Amino acid sequence: MPALPETTIPADAVLFETLLRVGDSALILGHRVSEWCGHAPTLEEDIALANVALDLIGQATLWLGLAAEIEGAGRDADALAFRRDAGGFRNLLLAEQPNRDFAVTVMRQFLFDAWHAEMLAGLAVSTDPRVAEIAAKAQKEVAYHLERSETLVIGLGDGTPESHARMQAALTRLWPFTGEPFRGDATDAAAAEAGIAPDPAALEPGWSARVEAVLAEATLTLPDTARFRSGGRSGVHGEALGLLLAEMQFLQRAYPDARW
Amino acid sequence: MPAGDTVDRPATDRVWAWLAELPDPEIPVISLTDLGIVRDVAWQGDTLVVTVTPTYSGCPATGIISLDIERALRERGIGKLRIDRQLSPPWTSDWLGPEAREKLRAFGIAPPVPGSAATPGAARARSLAEGLSVACPRCGSDRTERLSQFGSTPCKAAWRCRDCLEPFDYFKCI
Repeated sequence: MPALPETTIPADAVLFETLLRVGDSALILGHRVSEWCGHAPTLEEDIALANVALDLIGQATLWLGLAAEIEGAGRDADALAFRRDAGGFRNLLLAEQPNRDFAVTVMRQFLFDAWHAEMLAGLAVSTDPRVAEIAAKAQKEVAYHLERSETLVIGLGDGTPESHARMQAALTRLWPFTGEPFRGDATDAAAAEAGIAPDPAALEPGWSARVEAVLAEATLTLPDTARFRSGGRSGVHGEALGLLLAEMQFLQRAYPDARW
Repeated sequence: MPAGDTVDRPATDRVWAWLAELPDPEIPVISLTDLGIVRDVAWQGDTLVVTVTPTYSGCPATGIISLDIERALRERGIGKLRIDRQLSPPWTSDWLGPEAREKLRAFGIAPPVPGSAATPGAARARSLAEGLSVACPRCGSDRTERLSQFGSTPCKAAWRCRDCLEPFDYFKCI
């Protein structure tokens, strides 16, 4: 008979951790995308990026708000966003990768959106109605994110020699981070067992099918490198997250509880 | 005065009528009730509970809308008031009535194509954008094209008319 290590993790702890994982990815990518505000190559793209950031940060507010409620320790969504150190964040490493050029930003968004859409579809049928209703809301917004990022990946990949080369370089750079979303741990197994969240591995076939189809249409070549980078969901992050938090959290760290 | 409608505890019909006078902060030509975001008005004992659903998770107008509702109802003498947020069922552009759609068009915003916000999911947005015929709110031409899935507020996309050449906002279907 197989061992059941999941039963050693209390149900609320599993739910809290699951909410942090999905909420932190939305928050950190939302902040990254917001860094483009006022700097995008065209006005329409500037507006689109700001809107995507706003949706993601709005979704993070809902996820982290529920996480704080489950935790019941007197924290709220803002406390979770602004008063945790890097080691407390549970976002995917893909989400924290720096913007670099527009190609990296667009490719990161597409690789993330394709996972996000699958993840939210699974969360929308969660046995926890509070999780399901946030996911159903976010799903509608993410459909637009994915539509945009797919269109851009195809347009830029199958574009000029310059845009093609940049998109290929972006794909190669980000590819090692694309295995992490599908590699679960004991918490994920417990969440899937309880029907709170989908099994991460079960999302991979849908993600791969979409990514391979879009990249083929974009005339981009799938890298043959290993998708080995991970650590985000256990709080082991790269240098990039610390720098991001230094900016994102500055005000609440310097002036705790500041209001305006 | 209808039964149960008193100065201290006005009937919910009367409260709905007051809310119908409150403009959306970002698209002031339509009201909060036109937009379909006020989901319920009810008395719980001596407390009036107004249930509101956000259009988009991160819509910055959500906080202002709650403040506007609170201020308007306090001015009407409502002492005990609570504003509840409800996420489910998620807001859809299908909740905009025919009158609201006409107000949007007259204001220069192409209204959402009715019934087009059916099921959520990734495949839907794409098929929508590709098969959609959006009439220019200025000249009525349907020779229009999308410039971006996103526009000046979370609920709008940027489009352009190929006849009168004017750019315009299209109210997104979700």
